[in-house]
Amino acid sequence: MKILVVDDEPDVRTLFEQRFRREIRSGQFSFSFAYSGEEALEYLHAHPSEVVLILSDINMPGMSGLELLRHIRAEYPAPPPPQVMMITAYGDQDSHDQALRLGADDFLTKPVDFVALKAKLAAMEPHEN
Amino acid sequence: MNVNTSLVIPIALSMLAVRWLRQLLNLPTRLPQINRLLDWIWVPGVALLALSVGWDSSLLDEVYQLFVFGVVLYVLVRCQDYRPARTLVLALAPFVAYSLIELLVAAFGKSLLKSYDEVFETSQGFTIIWLVSFVLIARNQKKHLERELAEREKEAAEKRRIEAENSQLERMVAERTATLTQQTQELQHALDELKTTQDQLIQSEKMASLGELTAGIAHEIQNPLNFVTNFSDVSAELVQELLEEQQRPERDPDLEAELLSDLRQNLEKIHHHGQRAASIVRGMLEHSRQSTGERQPTDVNNLADEYLRLAYHGLRAKNKAFNATITTFFDPAVGSIDAVSQDLGRVLLNLFTNAFYAVQKRQEADGAGYVPTVSVTTHRNRAGEVEIRVKDNGTGIPADVQQKIFQPFFTTKPTGEGTGLGLSLSYDIVTKGHGGTLEVESTAGVGTEFIITLPA
Repeated sequence: MKILVVDDEPDVRTLFEQRFRREIRSGQFSFSFAYSGEEALEYLHAHPSEVVLILSDINMPGMSGLELLRHIRAEYPAPPPPQVMMITAYGDQDSHDQALRLGADDFLTKPVDFVALKAKLAAMEPHEN
Repeated sequence: MNVNTSLVIPIALSMLAVRWLRQLLNLPTRLPQINRLLDWIWVPGVALLALSVGWDSSLLDEVYQLFVFGVVLYVLVRCQDYRPARTLVLALAPFVAYSLIELLVAAFGKSLLKSYDEVFETSQGFTIIWLVSFVLIARNQKKHLERELAEREKEAAEKRRIEAENSQLERMVAERTATLTQQTQELQHALDELKTTQDQLIQSEKMASLGELTAGIAHEIQNPLNFVTNFSDVSAELVQELLEEQQRPERDPDLEAELLSDLRQNLEKIHHHGQRAASIVRGMLEHSRQSTGERQPTDVNNLADEYLRLAYHGLRAKNKAFNATITTFFDPAVGSIDAVSQDLGRVLLNLFTNAFYAVQKRQEADGAGYVPTVSVTTHRNRAGEVEIRVKDNGTGIPADVQQKIFQPFFTTKPTGEGTGLGLSLSYDIVTKGHGGTLEVESTAGVGTEFIITLPA
């Protein structure tokens, strides 16, 4: 399963690669990283219908995570649409509601609970099959 | 009864003379006792009159006359300090002498009188003329003295008046001085209070900007702390995996080396993010502390970057929907300059906060299609001066407002949102504190650029 992680913090990459090293090693998940909303869209354009899940931070300079979500929902309506999970440091209700309204599949708060995230990802896999 | 009428006229004349003398010499005030005795001048005359009843004595009037003259001369001598009195003595002297001689001649040598009759007649005329002349002179002298006295009194009165006026003036001056001194003290007091208030305002402005920062700071600390936590957790997993690996009969040295390398990397990351959080806390403390005013080498690019993040996250924490494109153009040639870093930081924070505020306002007005953009550019020019430009594409500042933005307490923000001190303090910090300039270029509806220029 191909996952695109969008966050303006470069160390997120190291963190994900270590947290999911076993899954990566076994080929269960493969991760790509983008450091801004714009970069994420470019990646999606370059790799159409490869990415199954997008994990995106909301608060980023330039295009925000919510803006990215809007673009994704507008550009990739065809089934199956990629799953999008929003991550934010501000776990407020407004962002949560807005994300869901824009079509987010899930909403996570920082610091990311990787145990819970892994469980969610595992639950998603049967859908793919 | 044979009354000697020749005495009646001298008595009456003596009383008239006494009256006239009193008036001329001011006897009631000059010689009050003698003045009272003079009331009795007629008594010797009447006594002589009584004695002469039935006794022919044609000389009695002469005797009485001499007595009166004696009295008058005595009075005049007593008043010799007074010039008209001396003149009267001179006036009377020949007449009295003549009268005395006449009496003596009449009494003892009637023959002599006869032979020198003509001489006596002439002398009498002369003494009378002499008397009258000198009496007139005495009168003039008196008038003259009175005039002088009146003038002196007038002068004295004038002097007293001037003295009174002077003392009045002095009193007024003293009063005025006292009032002025009091006013000066009151003003000094008011000035001291104003200075205290100003210090308090500056401190509260600092605190207000710190309050705006709180959310940004929280976010900025939360991020590195998340990394610290996550990298610690994942490191614990790595250690566990390493231990498990070591238990295996067939160990994979490559995997163990990779795990150890990851562990070392993670420890570096933990250290790095811990430092990041610490530096933010340090910056926050520096910002709230009273400025020491000491200049220290300050990395301008770092300072600008740090406060840009704080300002951005501060605003976004308040307005979650807000997002802006931030571009930074940091000239590496800028390096370090001698500056009071917390003061310069406050200036930058203020400019960034204003820029974000302006783009946020425009976004609220323009809505979709508008890309809020804030950029910061540093540059060291040929003269070695450091320029920091903070530019936004926000609402812009109308020309009439531009002139006022550096004035204390001027604010376009709603009551309670701005103290109106931010830019005025920033201006003081840049110009007075660092010898630089702070300029603004702005067009309403297009955007604003603030340019800080600091000397090399």
